[in-house]
Amino acid sequence: MDQSAVNIGLYVILSGVLFTIGIVGVLVRRSAIMIFMAIELMLNSANLALVAFARQHGGVDGQIIAFLVMVIAAAEVAVGLTIIVAVFRRIKTVDVDKLHSLKG
Amino acid sequence: MSLELAIFVIVGAIAVASALLMVISRNAVHSALWLILNFACIAFFYLTLGATFMALAQITVYAGAIMVLFLFVIMMIGPQRLPEPEAPIRWQTPVTVFLAVVLGTVFLIVAFAAILSGQVTVPGALHDVPTQAYGSGESIGSVLFNAYLLPFEMVSVVLLVAMIGAVVFTRNGTHSTGAE
Repeated sequence: MDQSAVNIGLYVILSGVLFTIGIVGVLVRRSAIMIFMAIELMLNSANLALVAFARQHGGVDGQIIAFLVMVIAAAEVAVGLTIIVAVFRRIKTVDVDKLHSLKG
Repeated sequence: MSLELAIFVIVGAIAVASALLMVISRNAVHSALWLILNFACIAFFYLTLGATFMALAQITVYAGAIMVLFLFVIMMIGPQRLPEPEAPIRWQTPVTVFLAVVLGTVFLIVAFAAILSGQVTVPGALHDVPTQAYGSGESIGSVLFNAYLLPFEMVSVVLLVAMIGAVVFTRNGTHSTGAE
């Protein structure tokens, strides 16, 4: 193996580690804002893998898909934070365990 | 260990550490700042992968716009009003960490198998990008506006809908709190 450069597989490993940390954040934290930030971390790790694979194949398509993911993430953050603010105004908390109005 | 690999290991360690600190930090503002550091590290990796346009978009869109929005909402709600509540299920955290370790092991096995089988390879050093314009705004734009024109338009409609949705949500929230 050529030691002069970084293997693309290392980027994929890093992406997987960051994704796993993001999943832990989503499952462990109770504040809706923290869960949201962990989701952003997971989206970013997926983007890193996409860009790394684009580099592997020498094309630019993976970067464009990552760019579209970035735009969708921006839209998601705008709507999601608005929902969090609206929920906070109504029940004065962002604890996801308190959001059980739909409990059957 | 070559210089490029050493830089990758150092920045990768910073990225993983900032992600971990983001998850375990009690203060929401600290979490947001750690996440910004993590996004900066990922922008650095985009640069080492030759994706210069993506690196700049990462800084401006993620570390700039999105995280400013996060910090704005955290400040508006008030970080002192965002305490981490007690978990109603006591064994949730250990089980979550165990399952995450299992998932991470699966990721590592897949990635190492791909490396050992030679399907992902060393693409060459940083100065050895496929073409001179690889990853520049020009090359991204020409592909985006030709082959990916329909996804681009759909994404623009999604952004418009998100913008209108955000406005409508805040108007309704103000109205309902004013009526109470």
